[in-house]
Amino acid sequence: MTGSAILIQFMNGLAGASSLFLVAAGLSLIFGVTRIVNFAHGSFYMLGLYLAYSLIERFGHGAAGFWAAILVAAVAVAFLGLLVEVFVLRRLYASPELLQLLATFALVLVIQDFTLWVWGPEDLLGPRVPGLDAAVTIVGHRFPQYDLLLIVLGPLILVALHLLLTRTRWGTLVRAATEDREMAGALGVNQKWLFTAVFALGALLAGGGGALQIPREPANLFLDLSVIADAFVVVVVGGLGSVPGAFLAALLIAEIKAFCIGIGSLAIAGHVISLSKLTLVVEFLVMAVVLVLRPWGLLGRLRAQPRGGGGVERPLVLPSRPALYGLGAMAMLLAVLPALTAGYPLILLTDIFVFALFAVSLHFIMGPGGMPSFGHAAYFGLGAYGAGLLLLRGGMPMESALALGPLLGGFAALLFGWFCVRLSGVYMAMLTLAFAQISWSIAFQWDSVTGGSNGLIGIWPAAWLASRTAYYYLTLAVSAGCIVMLWRMLHSPFGYALRAGRDSPLRADAIGIDVRRQQWAAFVVAGIFAAVAGALYVFSKGSISPDALAVPRSVDGLVMVLLGGIQTLTGPVWGAALFTWLQDTASRNVEYWRAVIGLVILALVLAFPQGLAGFLRQRLSPGADEP
Amino acid sequence: MKIKRALLALSLAAAVGGNAVAQPIKVGELNSYKRFPAFLEPYKKGWQLALEEINTAGGVDGRKLEVVSRDDGGNPGDAVRVADELIARDKVSMLMGEFASNIGLAVSSLAKQRKIVFVAAEPLTDKLVWGDGNRYTFRLRPSTYMQVAMLVPEAVKLKKMRWALVYPNYEYGQSAAASFKKLMTAAQPGIRIVAEQAPPLGKIDAGAVVQALQDAKPDAIFSALFAADLQKFVREGSLRGLFKGRPVFNLLGGEPEYLDPLKDETPEGWWVTGYPWRQIETPAHKKFLAAYEKRWHDYPRMGSVVGYATMYSVADALKKARSTDSDALIAALEGLEVQTPFGPIVYRAVDHQSTMGAYVGQLAKKNGKGVMVNWHYADGNSFLPPPAEARALRGQ
Repeated sequence: MTGSAILIQFMNGLAGASSLFLVAAGLSLIFGVTRIVNFAHGSFYMLGLYLAYSLIERFGHGAAGFWAAILVAAVAVAFLGLLVEVFVLRRLYASPELLQLLATFALVLVIQDFTLWVWGPEDLLGPRVPGLDAAVTIVGHRFPQYDLLLIVLGPLILVALHLLLTRTRWGTLVRAATEDREMAGALGVNQKWLFTAVFALGALLAGGGGALQIPREPANLFLDLSVIADAFVVVVVGGLGSVPGAFLAALLIAEIKAFCIGIGSLAIAGHVISLSKLTLVVEFLVMAVVLVLRPWGLLGRLRAQPRGGGGVERPLVLPSRPALYGLGAMAMLLAVLPALTAGYPLILLTDIFVFALFAVSLHFIMGPGGMPSFGHAAYFGLGAYGAGLLLLRGGMPMESALALGPLLGGFAALLFGWFCVRLSGVYMAMLTLAFAQISWSIAFQWDSVTGGSNGLIGIWPAAWLASRTAYYYLTLAVSAGCIVMLWRMLHSPFGYALRAGRDSPLRADAIGIDVRRQQWAAFVVAGIFAAVAGALYVFSKGSISPDALAVPRSVDGLVMVLLGGIQTLTGPVWGAALFTWLQDTASRNVEYWRAVIGLVILALVLAFPQGLAGFLRQRLSPGADEP
Repeated sequence: MKIKRALLALSLAAAVGGNAVAQPIKVGELNSYKRFPAFLEPYKKGWQLALEEINTAGGVDGRKLEVVSRDDGGNPGDAVRVADELIARDKVSMLMGEFASNIGLAVSSLAKQRKIVFVAAEPLTDKLVWGDGNRYTFRLRPSTYMQVAMLVPEAVKLKKMRWALVYPNYEYGQSAAASFKKLMTAAQPGIRIVAEQAPPLGKIDAGAVVQALQDAKPDAIFSALFAADLQKFVREGSLRGLFKGRPVFNLLGGEPEYLDPLKDETPEGWWVTGYPWRQIETPAHKKFLAAYEKRWHDYPRMGSVVGYATMYSVADALKKARSTDSDALIAALEGLEVQTPFGPIVYRAVDHQSTMGAYVGQLAKKNGKGVMVNWHYADGNSFLPPPAEARALRGQ
């Protein structure tokens, strides 16, 4: 690269950084104060863009119309954020941690279908900005005027936010709540309206950030998910709740991307490495490195854990005798089902068994282990790839491939877990996500082994297991067996030690429990069992592609666990059954099925803030949840 | 006695009546409707129109054709479940549909396992009929390789030596770039690829990519970008002067789905594959266009033609087979000729690929909209490898 090319790529990076910062700043603020992991932030961004597009059409293509449209779009999204906070999230602050995540996930689904319904399926390319629609010449290269504006705008908004947070009374209260929200509440700060205001401000930044992309980005339906992952990475790399950190992280990531593209490919010791292809995953690589070296991000600090709210969990008790009988009876019922039908219920139930095991394995580390994971699909997918590769490339019989394939997931959990257990809370969750994305990109890129984005096909069970009924029995037996093993483990000394480490790491350490080691072991156990689910999955589908390791699969797992109720043992099973059935039924009967799923989840979250099984438990044994 | 006779007459009547209103033939259709709505909403309108025409004309052998359509959830795992449910629950005789290559391949593998015929509508991957092809899978659209091959003759004519490639980083883009390199090197030895950019699908960093291509000083550019990536690339590239004096070849760039959003920013002179629906004057297309506009009050997109032709392929196969048995259907589909808006096509017996082609031409602006000019129809048959080679590709 020549000197002038380096300068221009650096400026491209600056423009990209400003765009990233605008979305990430809002997300960071929201998390810092309310501790809500707002999945819908990307949806706010997308709505901002679509709204701005329509408003410009209405206000006219002049400069005044353009800027008015941007402003109105941002304010409209802020108002939507306000409504969401008041009518949905406010009811959930007392719920177990992460349940708000489920609600925001439901919003993502609803907003996706709403956008499709209102604006239609076609991409909408907005106009260029009047007065800033040309390029200027800088050291012999043409550079868009609008990008120059963005380069200035990012730091300006950073300064504005900084002043707002440090020089106003409201900002002082926000910072106080970020540091210790119970203390702020105890000192008489009205948390309710503080939270609402912060959430609306975050939505304003997201909507405005989207609207400002009008000249650079066509309004399209993929934006929400593509933006949310980037925004999370920026927020975590910068340090949760730190606005300057978010700016620094956005700058770092955007510049690294710009130079990966600028350099193109690199020859190292005879191998040509395509840095352009690396942009697929580079932000996650950066996040993994930063989190390993600085567990709280670049400018983040260890924050006081919020007290109250979800609070300390009730001790896990052995299931009562009637409950055990009930589960046994259910298993018997499922075992005789194939006598009644050979068709469709078996297909759906096979999927449900697989996902039940996946969800239980995730619950194992998330609930009793106290280690949230946003990347559990990595182990599921690697188990599936392991089994598929052993069958197709290793020439192994199906039975051995099914038994040995999950080891790949286990090894990955052993490696990734070592890093992950050194972190906690959302940082840990994001590190698991980073590792999952890295695994995904390897499966996606390693064409000669994994089949690349198309994946591998022709992975069918052995002849004696090939019928739907036979495979149903296999899945039932293996899933049920594994689930019972996981539950049993939670009531073994290992399980007790694990929960001791979760509830009180210091005391657990004092009585001689190596907390990290326990957590690491639990991570590996959960990884192996997720991988078993993956191996069962691949033989029921006959194929595997990188989707199985991707973020949506991890999110599905989270949704299942949270829907069922994270504080209960059997919750994940009910959650998996409900979610899988709902997807199947809704997509069969309704056109806008994603919105229906979203609305059902929202209704369930609001009606049963403890999850399904948590609700049932409260009903069945009143007083059990009293402190 | 009398009663017995009456009963007999009744049951006879019932049997005859039962034959008169014969059971419809069920076809299972699945696609990622909510994940790729821009292409698939027109696609759905296409096959719905064809279905109505077929049934108005008397259906198949006097039996009505019924399509059970499902959203496949947008990922291969769910798609396989949906397809399996269509087979087990809805008892469909054939499967049709699909858009994404990985999902198309997963369903084709299930089709083989369950021994049911699958007519893939859209998935472009070459593997569907070649490397991973199977007896039960047929494909309508010209594959990535074929569409690249259609552009190459025009690219060779320009005698440009320094080429830059830009494509979305997944199988479609990678194999488009690989085919382009291979075909160009064979036709014009000595060409150089001076830059290669593979941005993630849907997430192109257009400014940086355009800049990098510019720095490599190529004579011409080959792109496989589409949808939002293409729009961003066009806007940044025009702003930064990348396309000045550089011919560009863009796969799929002339399909209304991807061309129309560009409106008055349509880059003039680009070579593309696509569908110039306003200007095709063949009787077959005029008939289709009139029927489509009458039924939907909208103009057809590429997806509309794909949906329409897929439905007719299925109906014609059922007519020719006179049976819903998979082996009979395979025999019928191999060598089957189908009338489509693009003219007659044939499903080749050797690799189950149809000879449907695409229109190759250049982009231009007309009344603030993008159109194709200078175009011709590239018949798929001319861009398919000969049978012996195809057989080798299928490992037979």
